[in-house]
Amino acid sequence: MRGMTLIVKTITRLIVGLIFLYGIYIVFHGHLTPGGGFAGGIIIAGAFILLVLAEGSEELSTEVKKWRASLFESLGIFIFWFLAMLGVFAGTFFFLNLLPKGKPLELLSAGIILPCNIGIGIEVGAALFAIFITLAVLKGKGDKE
Amino acid sequence: MLTILILLLILMILGAIIALEGKDLLSAIISLGIVGFALVLVFLILQAPDLAIVQIVVETLALIILIAAILKTTREDTTETRGAKKIFIYLCGLGFLGLFLFFINQTLTELPRFGYPIMRMAGNYLSLGLTKTGASNLVAAIILDFRGYDTLGEVTVLFTAVMGVIVVLRKIGRRTREKLPDETKVTGSRKIEEK
Repeated sequence: MRGMTLIVKTITRLIVGLIFLYGIYIVFHGHLTPGGGFAGGIIIAGAFILLVLAEGSEELSTEVKKWRASLFESLGIFIFWFLAMLGVFAGTFFFLNLLPKGKPLELLSAGIILPCNIGIGIEVGAALFAIFITLAVLKGKGDKE
Repeated sequence: MLTILILLLILMILGAIIALEGKDLLSAIISLGIVGFALVLVFLILQAPDLAIVQIVVETLALIILIAAILKTTREDTTETRGAKKIFIYLCGLGFLGLFLFFINQTLTELPRFGYPIMRMAGNYLSLGLTKTGASNLVAAIILDFRGYDTLGEVTVLFTAVMGVIVVLRKIGRRTREKLPDETKVTGSRKIEEK
């Protein structure tokens, strides 16, 4: 896949950080405002996909990117499963909200919901980016270099 | 408000029909986008911003991936069905439509009126959500605390699906790659070295 024009590349470099930051904001405020791990993870994946589309995949080594995306996906789902098993390790039941609740409407509140959201965000973002690399960056029959 | 909903639903049905019947695949994908983005508006009107955020980003990503696939392959719809097969398909469709209308007619009389749910379970969630979980967004409290098992299942399904995609669509298997001569090993790191 070839990159786009200079205009697109410049604008992409300006806004891709903001998109990434907005995704992180949505993930971290999942227990306070609408959003959460799924939506934020997809926005983070969208920032990476915008970068790949604008810069072109020739400059990037896609095999390494795919390997890393796969690694982060496994890491995210491991975090979520670990938090779910935390209750079992502590001697009570599965999926118990063990951590302190904190004050409502503060960032560090709601026990395991915030770390769960972070785990889901990593997992979903890496998963969608892996799907995009695998499906869209594959060499078609048409383009020969 | 109900009128806007009905208009949006009619728009979605029209978009779906055009997406199915269009001969140009690019315009079919764009009319598929109409269905998705109208669904975003429906979610917003029904006061579900969580779902609206997820739907708008998923729809955008899905459209990007589909358009990338179209640009790689072809814009023409080449599927054709003729003769007895076509009649059979239409008969099956009509039979399914009849069954669907029959059962939905029986079901809809049992349901509570639109916009007035019974709230037997949800009432408890609404009143106890903040004190039991500490999360001020009730949707997060429900999907990650009261209904955590469902979310765990969803995430596991997504993980398995991505594993399947990566395994099925890999370029060369590891064992074949070792047998091949050096020049056919096309990896990204190698290409950068060449440049």
